[in-house]
Amino acid sequence: MSDSKTLIKIQHSLTQRNRAEARFHWYGRIAILIGLMAVALLFIDIVGKGHGAFRATYINLDIRYDADLIGIDNLSDTEQLSAGNWQALPKTALRERFPDVSSRRDKRRLNNLLSNGAGFDLKDRLLASPRLLGKTESVWVLADDDIDTYYKSWLDGNAYEARLTGQQIQWIGELHEQGSIKLKFNSNLFNRGDSREPEQAGIRGAAVGSFLTLVMTLMLSFPIGVCAAIYLEEFAPKNRWTDFIEVNINNLAAVPSIIFGLLGLAIFINFFHVPRSVPIVGGLVLTLMTLPTIIITSRAAIKSVPPSIREAALGVGASRYQMVLHHVLPLALPGMLTGAIIGMAQALGETAPLLMIGMVAFIVDIPNGFSDPATVLPVQIFLWADSPERAFVEKTSAAIMVLLSFLIAMNTTAVWLRRRLERRW
Amino acid sequence: MQATHLLSLLIVLGSFSFYVSRGRSLALANPLGGIRNLHSLPSYYGLHAALWCTLPATFLLAIWLIFDEIVINAMVMTDLSPELIPSGNASYNLILNKVANIANGILPRESQPSGLLDAADNMLSLNVVSQWSITLLIITLAMFGLAWSSHKLKPDFRARPAVERVMQNLLLACACVAIFTTLGIVFSVLFESIQFFRSVPIYDFVFGLEWSPQTAIREDQVGSSGSFGAIPLFVGTLLVSAVAMFIAVPIGLMSAIYLAEYADSKVRTYAKPALEVLAGIPTVVYGFFAALTVAPFLRDLGASVGLTISSESALAAGGVMGIMIIPFISSLADDVITAVPQSMRDGSLAMGATQSETIRKVVIPAALPGIVGGIMLAISRAIGETMIVVMAAGMAAKLTANPLESVTTVTVQIVTLLTGDQEFDSPKTLAAFALGLMLFTVTLLLNIFALHIVKKYREQYE
Repeated sequence: MSDSKTLIKIQHSLTQRNRAEARFHWYGRIAILIGLMAVALLFIDIVGKGHGAFRATYINLDIRYDADLIGIDNLSDTEQLSAGNWQALPKTALRERFPDVSSRRDKRRLNNLLSNGAGFDLKDRLLASPRLLGKTESVWVLADDDIDTYYKSWLDGNAYEARLTGQQIQWIGELHEQGSIKLKFNSNLFNRGDSREPEQAGIRGAAVGSFLTLVMTLMLSFPIGVCAAIYLEEFAPKNRWTDFIEVNINNLAAVPSIIFGLLGLAIFINFFHVPRSVPIVGGLVLTLMTLPTIIITSRAAIKSVPPSIREAALGVGASRYQMVLHHVLPLALPGMLTGAIIGMAQALGETAPLLMIGMVAFIVDIPNGFSDPATVLPVQIFLWADSPERAFVEKTSAAIMVLLSFLIAMNTTAVWLRRRLERRW
Repeated sequence: MQATHLLSLLIVLGSFSFYVSRGRSLALANPLGGIRNLHSLPSYYGLHAALWCTLPATFLLAIWLIFDEIVINAMVMTDLSPELIPSGNASYNLILNKVANIANGILPRESQPSGLLDAADNMLSLNVVSQWSITLLIITLAMFGLAWSSHKLKPDFRARPAVERVMQNLLLACACVAIFTTLGIVFSVLFESIQFFRSVPIYDFVFGLEWSPQTAIREDQVGSSGSFGAIPLFVGTLLVSAVAMFIAVPIGLMSAIYLAEYADSKVRTYAKPALEVLAGIPTVVYGFFAALTVAPFLRDLGASVGLTISSESALAAGGVMGIMIIPFISSLADDVITAVPQSMRDGSLAMGATQSETIRKVVIPAALPGIVGGIMLAISRAIGETMIVVMAAGMAAKLTANPLESVTTVTVQIVTLLTGDQEFDSPKTLAAFALGLMLFTVTLLLNIFALHIVKKYREQYE
């Protein structure tokens, strides 16, 4: 009898154990799913918020390039050009489009339909083809960011009115019926620097700043990292000093990035008087930050070169330096390059240390060299995310999309390079 | 000449020396019957000359770059006319800036006191003298190096070992950059912190309960005496990190277990890189996600069930930070789990244990030191994480353990205290360095501790 009782007991516990097994299996699946969903959610959210920024709202106006209206008489006089009332061009054209607007307040509201940079766009257009002076031309003029936000949301059937008045909405409706307002590719986003006006703000300045900073970082960190790795792998004697170097490298790899910003501020800026906000100092800080990554990956690459190659080189009479330079280094180079690309991707996405060294300043001009004040893409994202205008949400997401595509490209290259060039021994 | 011009000049001189010396060594070798009568290959003689020509000069150039401004400034300030001699440190810098601006033509020369104008002229002439003298010095040094190397150039000169010795030292110098970086970090945060602790006692800083770093500009201002008690920041940091770990540890660990033990190779090849995408996303993107998507969502969710959740809650920042840390934990745990020998699993399964029992009772205990070490590294990561909390957590230091409220963290305060223009020696900016010192110490200790655990408790199999 007791036998069957035990059997029942075992049977019972077995079902329980199997249930526990299934539960555990499901915990794992759920964990993976949560992780993957987080990835998907993040991308969907960013793309959903940002895809609109690649198009901007433009209004079609018949612009008459009237010299008296602008207040100029000579197109080659730069002083006149900069003092000219360019905004009067689109304003007048808009008033002609809506002739029954008379009160001062309504006129101002009407003018608010347009970006306050619209006049300068027309100036550039006129300077590019001076024969337009005195003639009339139909031009697509950039609309204000509030109009842009409203028009896009209205097209999506979910109108967001914000600061617009009923009258402005009516005007937009009229323009829409006449086909005089439409979404066009937003070239400003890729061609301009930062601006306080969302519709005129672009990522060109930040992208160039990022590029310059990365070039600086690569020029410094790759040679230093590779040399350090060669020394540690091939030449370093086994002693306390070498151990100390290794401990330092491993610890630096885990130091929070913001600490590198403090280092940059205290040492480079306050002690060595490197100017603030410039790609040089950004590159220096990011070099110190990425160096551990590059050293560690380069060492792994050197390690993977089989000792037989070294022995063969030494055997035919090469010196140790000749062995390293002529044989080990070329064979380890693909791995080192992969490491460098990964380090650069890390540097490209880094924000916190750059905030410390003044790369967070509001900079309109596109930097021309390593010593021009600049900002970088992640910092631009940070600055825009902090801006109160709603239109900047869209811009920020678009900038993130650009940044992420750069990162994805870099990482894919690294993976491809590793697959393609790495040799198995 | 500019430093970049000097550098290009050195490169030109270096290549010139290389070709000249290599040619000379060939010329020496020819009458002897070819280069096999030389001790080293001709290019080593060239390299030797190039190194001797450029290295000392580059070294000098670097020293000059670092010190010329400091020396010139000091000389200008000592020659200052007596009525302008500054009283304190701040006015010293002010006058120096004025002089530099006049000299560079940023400030107009009119309406400036004649003493400043004299100083500016002095600075300009000193600059010219310094530029010319360094150019001459560098060219002389380069020529001297080249002459020295040519003097040594003989068929039996051991050029290769000489070049290799220099290269060895250069490599060693590169390896030592890591040490200099650590030293730089330690000194930069330590010195500023010591200065800070002179004005704010260290006890008040570490154990003070109130944080409001706004110091008064005028003596009679109300309520801006500035108090630097860092406890609210520590608590805020711990709260956000705790939320992050609460999310990251179970999800990261379970994903690692699933990927290592259950998933077939097809799932593994796709799910693992997909999960690792999370590690490659810049933190500023997470910050944006937390501030603009997660925080409003949580606030509305809380409002719909009658909870007030701050729009800068620790929950949003910590939650998103947790997502960021998932791949960190899962890849570290994956490594240690796969490192557990298969024979242990087989033994357990053969005894009749189910797979989950094997994992829980055999694999995890065997991998535990590695997992704990990984978690500690992840904690240190969470504590040092900046952008997510800067964008999604609050600014006001509140002493609370409620994750639904807004808290601020150490890193947020460092960023707020140091962004924008600041006076370098006010306690407000120095406080950031003191916080940096705390952050550096804590993360360093956590890392050392993690490595120690891994080393000490690792079971050695095989």
